[in-house]
Amino acid sequence: MGSMIEVQTVSKSYWRDSFEIPVLKNITLSVPEGEFLALMGPSGSGKTTLLNLIAGIDRPNAGSITISGIDIATLNESALAKWRSTHVGFIFQFYNLLPVLTAYENVELPLLLTSLSKKERKQHVETALSVVGLADRMNHYPKQLSGGQEQRVAIARAIATDPTILVADEPTGDLDKNSADEILTLLGRLNKEFKKTIVMVTHDPRAAERAHIARHLDKGELQ
Amino acid sequence: MKVFKLMFKNALRHKLRTFLTIVGISIAVVAFGFLRTVVTAWYAGVEMSAANRLVTRNSVSFIFPIPYAYRDRIAQIPGVETVSYSNWFGGVYIDKSQFFARMAVDPETIFDLYPEFIVPPDQLETFKKERNSCALGTDLAKQYGFKIGDVIPMEGDIYPGKWEFVVRAIYQPRDKTVDGTQFFFHWQYLDERMKAEMPGRAGDVGWYLIKIKDPNQSAVISEQVDNLFKNSRAETKTETERAFQEGFIQGTSLIITLLNFISFVIIGIIFLVLGNTMIMSARERTKEYAVLKTLGFSGKHLLGLIAGESLVISAFGGGLGLLLTYPLVGVFSLAVPKSWFPIFYVEPLTIVLAAISALAVGVLASIFPLQKALRTSIVDGLRFVG
Repeated sequence: MGSMIEVQTVSKSYWRDSFEIPVLKNITLSVPEGEFLALMGPSGSGKTTLLNLIAGIDRPNAGSITISGIDIATLNESALAKWRSTHVGFIFQFYNLLPVLTAYENVELPLLLTSLSKKERKQHVETALSVVGLADRMNHYPKQLSGGQEQRVAIARAIATDPTILVADEPTGDLDKNSADEILTLLGRLNKEFKKTIVMVTHDPRAAERAHIARHLDKGELQ
Repeated sequence: MKVFKLMFKNALRHKLRTFLTIVGISIAVVAFGFLRTVVTAWYAGVEMSAANRLVTRNSVSFIFPIPYAYRDRIAQIPGVETVSYSNWFGGVYIDKSQFFARMAVDPETIFDLYPEFIVPPDQLETFKKERNSCALGTDLAKQYGFKIGDVIPMEGDIYPGKWEFVVRAIYQPRDKTVDGTQFFFHWQYLDERMKAEMPGRAGDVGWYLIKIKDPNQSAVISEQVDNLFKNSRAETKTETERAFQEGFIQGTSLIITLLNFISFVIIGIIFLVLGNTMIMSARERTKEYAVLKTLGFSGKHLLGLIAGESLVISAFGGGLGLLLTYPLVGVFSLAVPKSWFPIFYVEPLTIVLAAISALAVGVLASIFPLQKALRTSIVDGLRFVG
């Protein structure tokens, strides 16, 4: 299998007032297609920053990030936004569902940016919600769902556009053990059955065990 | 589910806040509409002016009379169609608070000069024939319950003595922009009393009303009229009816300016009310906007969401305010004597100004939150804790 994600000597630092805070130092990482990678490390190690760079929601100061042959660091904002909408599915620690929208409408959100008809969007949403086992809760609002269910809706939203990569930032960080297990099982299924390449940030060793590979970051360097 | 559905849902997310904002905007729009209506009412006399009417008065001041003898000389000037004349009578009906304009006029010509006062022909004939008759507007008749044949007693002040007038004509204003509270009686009736009781004041009129054939000749004819009476005991000043009316309200121009200023301050208040709501809303949704951007939504989508929400709130507030303006103006118009503000209605321009202002404020109030939403990076937005 070819490499899906190529991170080449990437560095990233942030500025706080007049102080430069280096977060990532010369990171090089290759993730093959269909891989399930866990990025681990203590708080402040730079794992979420690396995930953001891979997902195209942040830009490196140096180095390149190539996803499926596209150097995303060279894309302008609108091209990058379009690329994200078709290539990447996001799963956040706190789900980040829009509270005024139902589960169905939340999952439909990324599909509004596509040229799909209403009927096609409906099919995609129903399929995504079926995959996560929430077909019967599609008209529920986030506040009417449990944490685990909310995260499953977030996963349905992430897979609705059938992206090639799923990025998950501490997807079980806000869940109890049972719900966390369900989410990890679901991610494993998406990786195995639907061939999604997954990059997951976690500091939970049990979550990392579900991934094929775990890489550790410490003080901005990949171990 | 479309983006504008999300916009509507966002607008209703904090129902109480949105409701209070809408109420705040509507109150401001009502205040704006009401003040503009007062300003319009103030200028009603000016707006009523006709381009083919001139007014000749004493050059020293409006309060000084000019001789009745000028009438025939003015009438001989080429381009002059009709010459009429009036005196401000003043007087007290019931008590001093019962104010309406009372004027001694030439019954033969007054309604030729003012075709906007529509008098039934039979009533006009009777009015012209009877020396102590009077003609008044429908609004005045309605206010005091005057009917044809009623005798109206008055106590003279400028022209002392007890006066009685018999209602012989009730005119209908041509439309709502025309004053329906005027009271006219025969100038001859006044002059005869003056000849008998105060001869020194007889034979004078307050001002002449001149109907000209060509409005473009107003400047030339005005000059010709004034030249006729140069170096006489009562020099004249002739101007268009509009200029004459403007001269009347010039003394109150500061009040009008203040009212205009306040009406636009109110627009500023709408802006602050809505701007505050939009800033709070957008700040609370910083993380959501970051999520939307993460999903691939662009600046134009955020523009639609934020400006759209602001416009929805301002449109509802503006619409409600405009709907409430009509009954408020109606109630006010009923509550105060018609003679205070003879023409008091919500002008179409006021509605247009209020609607444009509310919508413009809707757009303006979204600029700052939109700018902030666009400038905040996705990473910072996702980290935001509101």
